[in-house]
Amino acid sequence: MPAQIDPIVGRYLHVTLQDRPHRLYFEEAGTGIPLVCLHTAGADGRQFRHLMTDSAITDAFRILTFDLPWHGKSTPPDGWHDEDYRLTTATYTEAIRTFCAALELERPVVLGCSIGGRIVLNLAAHHAAEFRALIGLESAAFQESWYDTDWLYRPDVHGEVCAGLVSGLIAPQSPPTSRWETLWHYLQGGPGVFKGDLYFYRVDGDLRDQIGRIDTRICPLYLLTGEYDFSCRPEDTIRTAEQIPGVEVVVMRELGHFPMSENPQQFRRYILPVLERIRNDSRGNR
Amino acid sequence: MRLQENSTNDLAAMVENLPDLVNGDAALVRRGRTLTVDVLIEIGATTYYLSIERGRVARIERGPLLTRSWSFAIRGSEHAWRQFWLPMPPPHFHDLFALAKRGEFRIEGDFYPLMSNLLYFKALLAAPRRLAGEAH
Repeated sequence: MPAQIDPIVGRYLHVTLQDRPHRLYFEEAGTGIPLVCLHTAGADGRQFRHLMTDSAITDAFRILTFDLPWHGKSTPPDGWHDEDYRLTTATYTEAIRTFCAALELERPVVLGCSIGGRIVLNLAAHHAAEFRALIGLESAAFQESWYDTDWLYRPDVHGEVCAGLVSGLIAPQSPPTSRWETLWHYLQGGPGVFKGDLYFYRVDGDLRDQIGRIDTRICPLYLLTGEYDFSCRPEDTIRTAEQIPGVEVVVMRELGHFPMSENPQQFRRYILPVLERIRNDSRGNR
Repeated sequence: MRLQENSTNDLAAMVENLPDLVNGDAALVRRGRTLTVDVLIEIGATTYYLSIERGRVARIERGPLLTRSWSFAIRGSEHAWRQFWLPMPPPHFHDLFALAKRGEFRIEGDFYPLMSNLLYFKALLAAPRRLAGEAH
């Protein structure tokens, strides 16, 4: 019996971010239109492994996902042990654009979830012409916070608290195996990294005054949110969408904040039609 | 067990079964193995005092017990608890913090034992769903 090997290849990319050398881990699978996937706060690119092994997608898309600096298998920058990590709108945008430019991706589609869903709104507002289409999962320009992030990074509370908090964002219909794999990613995050990502989400990345700039005639924008997500609620996404002419919104049933990893079968019912439309959209063929 | 909006007996049965539900779940007891704490759970007008010792539910007592101490309290209406304990709870009634965010639950007191054992308490609080699931 032949060995079962996923058609995913992982490598390391050396880039400069904020004038510092970084070694980023990235994976890719498939051929065709480049599709860059952005993981959630405190996690890494493994969240997209089901998309990357779905031939219905990889037959037409070259899926790439990279671990943000400090995340997953990316090497933290020299001196990391003496500083607090903080993601900002500027550093996040720089990381994405640098990754795409370094790999010479020709007008990629970018799909981001949670903080990734937030940052695609910034890409849409300021860099739309660089992208063929943008997809925000669990995406809103702003949402109310629901806990004190100081709990995420203190020596007398185990990092398990990160998984404990986000566990409630997974829909109860999600299969236990997928639920616990999603939580494992959170259990493996470096100390303070989830908290540092949420600096972007909670403090620096309020994009309510930016989304009026978004022109979906330049770059199509799709926003998909799970009905069980109480962090980015469907009404948060809809409130954002109401200010963006031409945006498409889908509320996904029986899904929460991690659709691609918490219930891959349910998610593909929603993402396949979106990707099909992107393939056929004449705006992408300029 | 049939869940009825107008009966509080169903909710009493759910919470009063916590010792069997938790203590019979070896993985859950192991998750709470370093935890000893007293918790107040309020369901509508009824209070319950939950004593946890090394991950096991040692006692659950119905109040009022006016001089009983507790570390933290979780308070919610009968409606909120009933929705929370459905085998497949509706969106935003499915999680402790989802309910707190929408104002249906109030969490008070010392958050430390809760936050430092959050996966344990999430599983403990959800355990009564298994009773309803068995009856459907």
